[in-house]
Amino acid sequence: MREVAYTDIVETVSRLAIEANTFLGEDVLRALEAAAASEESPLGKQVLAEILENDRLAASERLPICQDTGAAVVFVEMGEEVSIKGGSLFDAIHAGVRKGYVEGYLRKSMVADPLRRQNTKDNTPAVIHVELVPGDRLKLTLLPKGGGAENMSRMTMLTPAHGAEGVKQFVLETVEKAGPNACPPVIVGVGIGGTFDTVGMLAKKALLRPVGSTHPDPFYAEMEKELLERINNLGIGPMGYGGRVTALAVHIEAAPCHIVSLPVAVNLQCHAARVKWAEL
Amino acid sequence: MEPKRITTPLTDEVVESLRAGDQVLLSGVIYGARDAAHKRIVEALQKGEPLPVDLRGQVIYYVGPTPAKPGQVIGSAGPTTSSRMDPYTPLLLQHGLKGTIGKGYRSKEVIEALKKYKAVYFAATGGAGALIARRIKKSEVIAYEDLGPEALFRFEVEDFPLIVINDTLGNDLYLQGVMQYRRNP
Ligand code: SF4
Repeated sequence: MREVAYTDIVETVSRLAIEANTFLGEDVLRALEAAAASEESPLGKQVLAEILENDRLAASERLPICQDTGAAVVFVEMGEEVSIKGGSLFDAIHAGVRKGYVEGYLRKSMVADPLRRQNTKDNTPAVIHVELVPGDRLKLTLLPKGGGAENMSRMTMLTPAHGAEGVKQFVLETVEKAGPNACPPVIVGVGIGGTFDTVGMLAKKALLRPVGSTHPDPFYAEMEKELLERINNLGIGPMGYGGRVTALAVHIEAAPCHIVSLPVAVNLQCHAARVKWAEL
Repeated sequence: MEPKRITTPLTDEVVESLRAGDQVLLSGVIYGARDAAHKRIVEALQKGEPLPVDLRGQVIYYVGPTPAKPGQVIGSAGPTTSSRMDPYTPLLLQHGLKGTIGKGYRSKEVIEALKKYKAVYFAATGGAGALIARRIKKSEVIAYEDLGPEALFRFEVEDFPLIVINDTLGNDLYLQGVMQYRRNP
């Protein structure tokens, strides 16, 4: 067993929360630059230039990229040979989020109950997903998820007869309905398969893949390419003002499912697609 | 296209000259209000109580900024989704509000009320919170302090970059823009 200190996890999560909200990933910046170069709409081009200027300014002045610094979604890959010293994994992650959001002047956007809606004032609890993996490493990935794009995400239970075209139609419909509200250009996370409870998780996980990467399975790589083209033909454009770049990428995650089911979830991510990870 | 420079309070003449798709640089005093402050304003109007501000000619910005660091006027301050304010907006327009700033679709009722009461809906670039904060030169809470970040704010802005989405004639940039760039999906 390899020991990882509770305090190291707290410090790491706190740092990831601040860094994710301040420095947009190189992959997203490159995709935005390519979009700014290819966009046909003059207004769309200008909006993309403004977004890039904002992202550079945030990094150089150490400001949050967007005022919605999100719910802190934390993915954990925990090696089976890791033991945590000095406290529990979940406590450490919540403490890290609390520290990062308070000390980093990030916005506190969590309410303790969905209907009584009291703000917890420190952005806890984090939303935590743990996966046990072989080995002795601990990987922490933090995705601050803003409400605008999250609120336009959707899921449905299709049946096998709907097939691939049914899935594609649902994805297109979701992006179209979201229009300007999801702050396009968006990244489209698509979960296919699994069960009712896991398909949303697949869609969210799809958002962790670097923008510009292709799916390892050629079948899904082809589907991602086709969907991206069809989404960009919707004409929504940057911030919905009309244009040729509505999405920067489509990422699909598929999983085995029941013989009569075809669950589909679409998790939209805005252009402020913030993700940071660290390994302990 | 050159942006139009306009200053608050907005007159009917200025408002009626704006068209969906116009780029605007707005200067002057604007008010910041979100869901909870809107609820208070509407309750006061319904009870016939006085408002903390006279809405005539004014502009409301839908924003929930990050906390300001020491020495900053305001933290990152981009627009929030406007549709959450749709149920309250027509009554405010009826009482003389001339503009709202946010991001995303408005309801049919709001678009109709913009025509009826001669007002416009502007969008600011969503997710450009760091950049927009630079155009806000002064920020203070003027009412509903107990609502914390959801209180009623008064901002002084300089050259705040906006796009006209819905104008007084019922035009809608979100529909026009998409029609222009849509190909067979
Ligand atoms: S959708 Fe994203 S970019 Fe837009 S306001 Fe929300 S967090 Fe910011």
